[in-house]
Amino acid sequence: MTGPAAAPPLLAVEGLEARYGRARILAGLTFHVARGEVVVLLGRNGAGKSTTLKAIMGLVPPAAGRVRLEGRDLAGQPPFRIARAGLGYVPEERRIFAGLTVRENLAVGMRPAPAGQRGWTEERLFALFPALAALRDRPAGRMSGGEQQMLAIARTLAGNPRLLLLDEPSEGLAPVVVERLAEAVRALRAEGLGILVSEQNLRLAAAVGDRALILETGAIRWAGPLATLLAEEALRARYLAV
Amino acid sequence: MDALILQALNGLASASSLFLVASGLTVIFGVSRIVNFAHGSLYMLGAYIGWTLVTRLAGDGAPGPLGFWGGVLLAALAVGLVGVVIEVLLLRRLYRAPELFPLLATFGVVLIVQDLALWIWGPQDLLGPRAPGLRGAAELPLLGLRFPRYELFLIALGPVVLGLLWLLFHRTRFGVLVRAATEDREMVGALGVDQRALFTGVFFLGAALAGLAGALQLPRESVNLHMDLAVIVEAFVVVVVGGLGSLGGAFLAALLIGELHAFGILIFPRITLVLVFLVMAVVLVLRPHGLLGAAPAGAAPAAAGAAEPVVRPAPAPVRRLGLAALALAFALPPFLGDYALSVLADLAVFVLFATSLHLLMGPGGMASFGHAAYFGIGAYAAALLAHHLAAPMAAGIALAPIAAGLAGLGFGWFCVRLSGVYSAMLTLAFAQIAWSVAFQWVEVTGGDNGILGVWPDPWARDRLVFTYLVLALCAGAGFLLLRAVHAPFGYALRALRDSGPRAAAIGIPAVPVRWLAFALAAAMAGIAGALFAYGKGSVFPTLLAIPRSVDALLMVLLGGVQTVTGPIWGALAYAGLSEQLVRATGHWRLVLGLAIVALVLFFPEGLAGAARRRWEARMAAARP
Repeated sequence: MTGPAAAPPLLAVEGLEARYGRARILAGLTFHVARGEVVVLLGRNGAGKSTTLKAIMGLVPPAAGRVRLEGRDLAGQPPFRIARAGLGYVPEERRIFAGLTVRENLAVGMRPAPAGQRGWTEERLFALFPALAALRDRPAGRMSGGEQQMLAIARTLAGNPRLLLLDEPSEGLAPVVVERLAEAVRALRAEGLGILVSEQNLRLAAAVGDRALILETGAIRWAGPLATLLAEEALRARYLAV
Repeated sequence: MDALILQALNGLASASSLFLVASGLTVIFGVSRIVNFAHGSLYMLGAYIGWTLVTRLAGDGAPGPLGFWGGVLLAALAVGLVGVVIEVLLLRRLYRAPELFPLLATFGVVLIVQDLALWIWGPQDLLGPRAPGLRGAAELPLLGLRFPRYELFLIALGPVVLGLLWLLFHRTRFGVLVRAATEDREMVGALGVDQRALFTGVFFLGAALAGLAGALQLPRESVNLHMDLAVIVEAFVVVVVGGLGSLGGAFLAALLIGELHAFGILIFPRITLVLVFLVMAVVLVLRPHGLLGAAPAGAAPAAAGAAEPVVRPAPAPVRRLGLAALALAFALPPFLGDYALSVLADLAVFVLFATSLHLLMGPGGMASFGHAAYFGIGAYAAALLAHHLAAPMAAGIALAPIAAGLAGLGFGWFCVRLSGVYSAMLTLAFAQIAWSVAFQWVEVTGGDNGILGVWPDPWARDRLVFTYLVLALCAGAGFLLLRAVHAPFGYALRALRDSGPRAAAIGIPAVPVRWLAFALAAAMAGIAGALFAYGKGSVFPTLLAIPRSVDALLMVLLGGVQTVTGPIWGALAYAGLSEQLVRATGHWRLVLGLAIVALVLFFPEGLAGAARRRWEARMAAARP
């Protein structure tokens, strides 16, 4: 799985802890995500999936641990620095700017690409999500949930991240929209982006994931190839059945 | 008819000035969620700096066009830089603090600027020069009326500034980022935008607009040290009526308030001040987020911090200390002189005043910027009874909590239905209504001259007896309030504070519980007010004014919102400190302002909160 010893993985999380007040939400997570790899973070409601992504992004300050992007530790930095370092975060609630048009939403996320990387332009983002192109001047608040989810991903991509954090992207979306999202995720993986996606159900995960991590009460209970998880009914029943 | 048209034009000119101030305030609030009390001070600084630049640049003669307009623009830029300094040195550290703290910090800035302006420009009113090229009056086409040119210029300026701001916010990257941050600033940060630069930019813009508005007043009115609080209250009204963060709303509201002033003077000359606040109250009741405001979207900021600590009865040693302090207060009076006795009585009154506000702010989780209203209503109730009916003191003290409690029921009915800043602004509006009545209804209240000769009955006229009476009443009322916090009523109140929907889901009636708390706090403040009136022998409108409300806020925050006895220590520390300051230095505002700023920066949990944390840490260290 890992490359030559000299090249650190794209994202390496080591001993990540997070707390809300006195309650420990994350109990020391260690995992990595490689370039061009989709890692699915699975677990029941409240297992700590969203908090994991927020702690990586700096939105919940990590209580302990390291978050290395290509070897550079980002833990403890403010979110805007983490974003500029190459991490892109798409929140569960999407949090698009409802009063801004689609193009203005993209403009907020837009940053020049680092040297040697093919940067995202408005045209390329509209090519990835054709549904957005027709709505470019519409206020984002007046779009469907699926369109808002696409906009949220496109807005984050506009900052040219090397690793994408997707928090429950398929939540509340119709199956046909989830299928379109899966296509987009596969296209991004093909570009060499690392993707860490949290999901509560296996629908999107099965379509795009390479590896899976199963989270329970803030700790990783199982890690392995997604194919294994899909093959073993007992494993799914134990960790994921409601 | 002509008079009406002229009056409408006057209203438009005022509306433009008001819009300039309010636009800066609303832009700053939209992005930073800070209610900038110092915005009026920036306006005043704009006028003072503009005056200096215009008169200095002109030398001895009247300023030329370059001298005047150049001076006005330079003043706006200079005030913009002052705004940047305030943001970088002070407010930047407070963005994660509860929303009251930045507000108090900016009130500290108000005091500091007042003293600095007094020190630099002196106490006398300064007369500004006329605007070159816009002197005199112009004939209005079609109407055949003459109207001052400078006012016409102002009327045109409002829409022009609105248009320029619209272009800024829709056609530049800075503007788009500002609008995005107004909706969800955390998300803007997660997208890689450095919010600090954005906030500093917004403060520069907002402060420069306030400075411009101030400098543009030069040809209209004299520059004085009262401009700051006069304009900030109006600007608050405009911003709240328009909808916090909404530029278009601010413009509409400025027109509404400007015209209301202009015609109010013609139609209801006696209640002009009340009228404005009545309109604000009506708008907020009909549209809780203002004319064009939107309900705050996205995740509530509550999740950001740790939960509020659970309020428990004080540990035994602390309780013994409190009882000892109380016993000392009751044992001391026979050994004190008249002056010390009156200080002791004042302190007791302030302790009750602060404790009553604390019921709202701590367990209630509601911010009141207008608690002085109930203090003042209690005082005026007693004074009016004594003055017009020659009623005995007992009647006054009995009526005060009833009058203040009824006012609390009336005002509270509206306030408890709104949340956050809107609710706080409504409490401010009601306090200003009460103040306006005391100030303008001269026949009954004596207006600015107040009511004199409100003395205790002969049996209580002796200082010692009166002091014991005050101590006993304040201690009794204070214990009642402390009791309420630990009663089921207090639990319900705190449950609503911590999670309204969950508390409602288990059957706690949100509005009645909050409403009752509001009325109870008002009634207790009313007792404090009546005792204060009898202690001083007089009442004045200042008892209901903004600084008195801020006093109460400061006492509560100084002591610590999340401790039950905090307001007691806060009141003692604050009242003692300000009393000493006023006696010790002419620059008490400066010192007090700096003290407020330091308090907000370094003791955000208040004196009692800091003491408790230290004590708990020591107990934890003692038990391995």
